[in-house]
Amino acid sequence: MRIVFASGKGGAGKTTVTASLAALWPRPVIAADCDVEAPNLHLFLAPDLPEHAAITLDVPVLNAEKCTACGACKDICQYRAIARFGRKVLVFPDMCHGCGGCFAVCPEGALDTGKRELGALEEGTFSAAGARGRFIMGRTRIGEAMTPPLLRALLARLENMTAQAGDDVLIDSPPGVSCPAMTVAGRADMAVLVAEPTPFGFHDFKLAHAAFARTGAELAVVMNRSGMEGNEAGDAALRAWCAERRLPLLAELPFDRAAAEQYAGGGLIARTSPLWERRFRALAEALLQRAEQGGRHA
Amino acid sequence: MREIVVISGKGGTGKTSVCAALAHLASGGMTDAGKNIVICDLDVDAPDLHLLLSPAPRRREAFISGNEAEISPEVCIRCGKCAGLCKFGAVLHEEDAFVIDPMRCEGCGVCFRLCPAGAIAFPERECGEWYISDTRFGVMAHALLNPGQENSGRLVSLLKQQARELARENGAETILCDGSPGVGCPVISSLSGATLAVAVVEPTPSGVHDFERVAALCDHFRIPVTLIINKADLNPAETARIRALAGEKGRTVAAELPFSPDVTRAMIAGKALTETDSPLAGLLAGAWKTIDGLAAQAASHKTPNL
Repeated sequence: MRIVFASGKGGAGKTTVTASLAALWPRPVIAADCDVEAPNLHLFLAPDLPEHAAITLDVPVLNAEKCTACGACKDICQYRAIARFGRKVLVFPDMCHGCGGCFAVCPEGALDTGKRELGALEEGTFSAAGARGRFIMGRTRIGEAMTPPLLRALLARLENMTAQAGDDVLIDSPPGVSCPAMTVAGRADMAVLVAEPTPFGFHDFKLAHAAFARTGAELAVVMNRSGMEGNEAGDAALRAWCAERRLPLLAELPFDRAAAEQYAGGGLIARTSPLWERRFRALAEALLQRAEQGGRHA
Repeated sequence: MREIVVISGKGGTGKTSVCAALAHLASGGMTDAGKNIVICDLDVDAPDLHLLLSPAPRRREAFISGNEAEISPEVCIRCGKCAGLCKFGAVLHEEDAFVIDPMRCEGCGVCFRLCPAGAIAFPERECGEWYISDTRFGVMAHALLNPGQENSGRLVSLLKQQARELARENGAETILCDGSPGVGCPVISSLSGATLAVAVVEPTPSGVHDFERVAALCDHFRIPVTLIINKADLNPAETARIRALAGEKGRTVAAELPFSPDVTRAMIAGKALTETDSPLAGLLAGAWKTIDGLAAQAASHKTPNL
């Protein structure tokens, strides 16, 4: 069972929910942080990450001796990573998306394969509150604009890890509804949208719902920070919206300053109090039950 | 002209609420000294600033970005060359046909150019809409990406270009941008040409971790960073550490805002915090003074980037 925790709005509580669930998940589990631009799950699960692999993109390197400046490589490049000035061809490897078109069309074999580092995968194990599990995350190199290839490498690695043992996977997704978030959700059995019932949160949740509905993953909702003073109408609106669409609302996690402080101190919010622990155990139970009933591949 | 971009690294730290307040202040709010500004929402994945500024669009355009491959099954000879060439795994072999998965297609055009049967079309891709609108604080450039679309970096560049043209037309001195979370493509586009970055940081492990990554990105592009520590009282020790680190790096802390339900209250009312009677308004007014000064200083050190 592969569950991705996603949201349109950043800061809705994806990482908080993923971390607490991973720490008390009743079955063998892998916690995966796919928010490669701003990974945070490791800050709460404190994994030991001995394995480290750089992920690179194949980019062209010009062999000036073989190049006849015919311009075929420049013509096929959609990303303006290759330019020609007179009889001189210039390659801008930072602009390259790694499509391989230039290699395919160069009649002289004048392009060698170079590597651009996109970021790294880090892998190991965590043990939080007695539970143990495996952990994997990706981290982009600062200044790198392309995240999808790093994500694909992370997802491919995750595929390998689950092929061996069939562990459940809890995935912390990138925020937003564009390519990185959709790439991740496309591989999950179930997408849990963590939604904040504020005007910003509700607005972005609806955007996320529209996007994730197209991925084929089963959808469910966790409302985070319900019961905020003065926002009763927001809570009710989110509940009604889910009910109308028969979207299962698996949990309502109330706003609680003690939980916010627990999080700010780097703690798991399931450890705020016995009541918070029960809330997360119930949520884990509800997720597993849905997994038994359906889920895309279950 | 100065471009001030509000960023955070981590999502949900309060960028948009801060940005709306700064827009109000920059346009002369709380002082009655009305100024021309241009506002720009660069969080095109999940834009929220319009919920506070209620923009009235005066112009609406489709956002066309790049192209997308399409295989015609009638012309396709099933040779599979496209599938072999595609580095993005976007050509799926389904039973007796090859089809493009639009979610994976990177729009590189390699299959289109090299298909021996000419069976692949490469139409333009409509990825969303962008708008020029009027708000009570000034003119605003904003957009909405279609769900699941990509190329948000290009949309960010387009909005910034529009904002710069508007600023020139209106003689506006300040462009104020609400950035997106993360450190990737849209954030890099947001920061390009910026005079000053205002980072909204919360004193949590995630907040600090992601702030450090986005601050490193600003250093990389040599863009000065000033901080607003939000929800500062949730972890006073961490707030003190952020303040000390900022001092070491020569970065100013423009304000420390306490955690307050006023933020959500203002959001529900569709107002900037500085339009309410929240005590945060005064702190934000002080922050704007500092930011305004720092931006003027940074702009004088820099040739305008147009």
